[in-house]
Parts: sequence; C-alpha cells; structure tokens
Amino acid sequence: MSFLKVQDIHHTYFTKDTATTALSDISLTVEEGEFVSFLGPSGCGKTTLLSIIASLIKPTEGTVLLENKPVSTSQNEIGYMLQQDYLFPWKTIEENILLGLKLSKQLNDQTKNYALTLLNQMGLNDDVKKQLPKQLSGGMRQRVALVRTLATEPKLLMLDEPFSALDYQTKLKLEDLVSNTLDEFGKTAILVTHDIGEAIAMSDRVFLLSPRPGRIHKTFEMPTELRGSSPFAARNHEAYPSIFQTIWKELESLEQG
Amino acid sequence: MNKDNNHVELLHNQYIKSLKLENRWVRFYQAIIFLVFFSGWELLSKKQWIDPLIFSSPSKITTLLINKIQDGTLITHIGVTLTETILGFILGTLLGTILAAILWWSPFLSKILDPYLVILNAMPKVALGPVLIVALSPGYPSIIAMGAIISIIITTIVVYTAFKEVDPNYLKVLQTFGATKFQCFKEAILPACFPTIISTLKVNVGLSWVGVIVGEFLVSSKGLGYMIIYGFQVFNFTLVFLSLFVIAIFATIMYQLVELLEKKLIKE
Repeated sequence: MSFLKVQDIHHTYFTKDTATTALSDISLTVEEGEFVSFLGPSGCGKTTLLSIIASLIKPTEGTVLLENKPVSTSQNEIGYMLQQDYLFPWKTIEENILLGLKLSKQLNDQTKNYALTLLNQMGLNDDVKKQLPKQLSGGMRQRVALVRTLATEPKLLMLDEPFSALDYQTKLKLEDLVSNTLDEFGKTAILVTHDIGEAIAMSDRVFLLSPRPGRIHKTFEMPTELRGSSPFAARNHEAYPSIFQTIWKELESLEQG
Repeated sequence: MNKDNNHVELLHNQYIKSLKLENRWVRFYQAIIFLVFFSGWELLSKKQWIDPLIFSSPSKITTLLINKIQDGTLITHIGVTLTETILGFILGTLLGTILAAILWWSPFLSKILDPYLVILNAMPKVALGPVLIVALSPGYPSIIAMGAIISIIITTIVVYTAFKEVDPNYLKVLQTFGATKFQCFKEAILPACFPTIISTLKVNVGLSWVGVIVGEFLVSSKGLGYMIIYGFQVFNFTLVFLSLFVIAIFATIMYQLVELLEKKLIKE
C-alpha cells in the first residue's frame, strides 16, 4: 500500500464571472521516504495541488489518503514550508520554532529540546534563540522556518518553492542541507518548483505538470546515481545535463502547445 | 589601519556634533515661537490692542491657575475630567477592537453590518448626547459614554480593515499546524495589528477629550468642560483659557503615554 495516495483530483475555482479549472484528473502515489517534485510553468496549479494534499483546500472532486486515512492538520501529519520564511516578526526565534508544538499542545521539555537540537543541527547556535527574525539573514531565516516545520515531526513535508526568494549561493547550500536532513530522518517530501535543476538535483521522481488545467504531463524517474548524491553533487554529475535537456524540451513543447 | 580607524572615528564624531547642533537649533526656534506667542499675547492685552475681557492674558491666567491650585478646586475638576476621559478612551478602544474581532470572525455578519457601520461612522456622535444623558441619567455614566461612543465606530472600521489585510500566508503557516480560528486570531491577526491599534489609540486620545468635554458642556457640575461653560456664562474668559491650557497639557501627557506603550509593545 502506498504511503500517500492522491486519487482523481479535480479542482475548480469559482468567481462571480468565471469558473477556472485549476487541476484536472490528478492521480499519483508517493512511497514512504521518497522525495518527489511538481515541476511546471506558472499557472499549472502546483501550489493548489500542494494545498489540497495538505488538506488546506478541499478539492472539488477526488480524495487524498495518507497511510490510508484522510489527512488531518491537527495531528501534525503535514509540515508546510512556504516561498518565504513567514517567521512571525514579533516572536523570537525560539518562540517561532516552538509555535507548532505550542499550537498542538505538545510542548514539553523533550519536544522543546528536540527543536533546539534541530536548530543547532541547521548550523544556528544558541545565540539566535532570543533574537528576532529581522536580525537574521534570509538564508538563516529559511533555516529557522525549516526547524519550525520539522519540530512537530511531520510525516510528510511540503516544500512550496522554499528557495525561490534566496540568492543563488544560499539556495545551493540550503538545498544540500534540506536534502541531507530529510535523508537523515527518512522523511517523505513533496517539492513544488519551477526550477528544473532544483527538481532534478533534489528528487527521486519529477512530475511535470501542464498548465490550464493542471494535469500530470509526464513523470521522470531520476537515475539512481543522482538520487544517491547530494543536490550540489547531482548538479555536477555527468548524468545531469542530459536529464535537464529532456525535461527542458518537454517544458518547451508544453509552452508551444 | 590604526590611522584609518582614527579617521573614521573623527568623521563619526563630526556627524554626531552636526546632529546635536541641528537639534539645538530646532529647540531654539521652538522656544522662540513660545516666547513670541506668549509675550506678544501679554503685550497686546496690556496695551488693549485686543480686548482683555475676551482674550485675557497669560499673567491673569497664571494668577488664576495659582489661586485655583491653592483652593484645591482645579485638582477636583482635573480629576473628574481625566477619569472620564481615560475611561471613555479605554472603553471606546476596547469595544471597537472587540467589535472588529467579531466582524473578522464572521464575514457573513460583517457583510450584513457594513452599511450600518458606514452610517454610524458618518453620523456626528456628539449629537447623541441628549439621548445618552436622558437614558443613562446625567452624570459620569453618560459623559463616559460620550467619550467612548465617539471613538468606537472609527476604531472598529480601522482595526477591522487591518485585520483583513494581514498576510494570509501567516494564517496558512498556522493552519498547517492545525490551529483553530481562535489560535489564528491570537497568534497572527491580533499581534500583526498592534501597530494599527496603537495608532488608533493616538487618534482616540483626541476624540475622547472631545466627547467628554462636550458631555460636560451638556450636563455636569464638575470638570474642565464645566469650567469652560461656567466661564463663558459669567463672562470670565480667563477661566476658559485656563481650562484650555490644562486640557492641552493633559491631552499631551496622555498622547506621550500612548507613545511609551507603543515602544513597549512593538519590539524594535
């Protein structure tokens, strides 16, 4: 049985004048410990799909099952990272990373220590605990956001273009950090991105979505030699350029079609 | 290296000096305006270029101030008005914010109430004075109600707008943690709107004074508003100016206190 099962998802947005079908006929499965990406041009409903899987939006049709049960946010099954860090500016770093635990009433010495250990693992020392988010650089803030997401030990991690607001160098470093951390904890993750390189470097499988309405156009399995290596190493691997070209051509054909 | 450091330090010192100098000039001109205004007023009044009966003079006001402080009546009047104003101010801001929270909680209710809010906001609240006085009996309750009612609706509208404009992604973060609607309000909406609430506080300081003074015009037998009306009726404009002077001082103090609160609440 699959870890995550997405079945026949259709989703339509309604406004007074229009009904826009954002997603049509999406079915996919993800295995435990797998890292998959949704890649596609803007307007192909990637973020909508992610929100549906996270049960933040109810789809017009279709079901999402996590370990054969409907997803429930209240049990901390899902961790969600957004395009920007969205750390609460009036809370200290410590308050920010403990937020998820506090909301689900799981905050105790043990979970608190776990969160603080995570913070250290991300290369942030104890000095930042009492600081406010604006005292930190963009890369550090996104690392804090990752700690906040992981602190509740979610089964499934959703990454909604989490590196898109960062500069290139920070982005490469964070890709490695996230990838290593997820490998270490054996977490299942779904990444939404429009960056082909990022999708190849980080994932085991890439779902290419076509726009208006969003459908799964094609699925690419990443070769084992890329899966085993860190994102940075994968980008420099000899197998990388040819996959990049293949996906690039598919994306081009989508835009012309 | 050392030489460079010295150079930078020198430039920094010069910069600080220029800031201090500017600050001194600002204070100087402020003092000039103060002196010219009050000595001019005194002079014009002494020379009878303006009617001293209507415009009084700073010296007369000061004498009256000292007398009123000595016989203790001024303190009573200030106490009464200040209590009314502070209560009206707190009540108005609190009720306005609570109303805004209810509207945020139920978008359906906010759609229903929208036109009524617009009408209530446009209506001059002090016109409700006579009704309030009859309904709540003349005295403290009706005057405090005046101080509150004048700021409730505008607070509601401003704070509710701020609530709606909070970045929905903050709510998304909370929702992925399974937060309830109340938790969303407490963790994101309310703290994100503290700056707006503080700025409405600043506006409400002024508004509450208007409400309370008008309330005192209408009914009371104590307070600074009463002093103004009494001074007007017995044609003692020195008394009117004295009240105005005291009001200006206490309104400024309240405003400064709100600014202090702002610094405390909003971590910079």
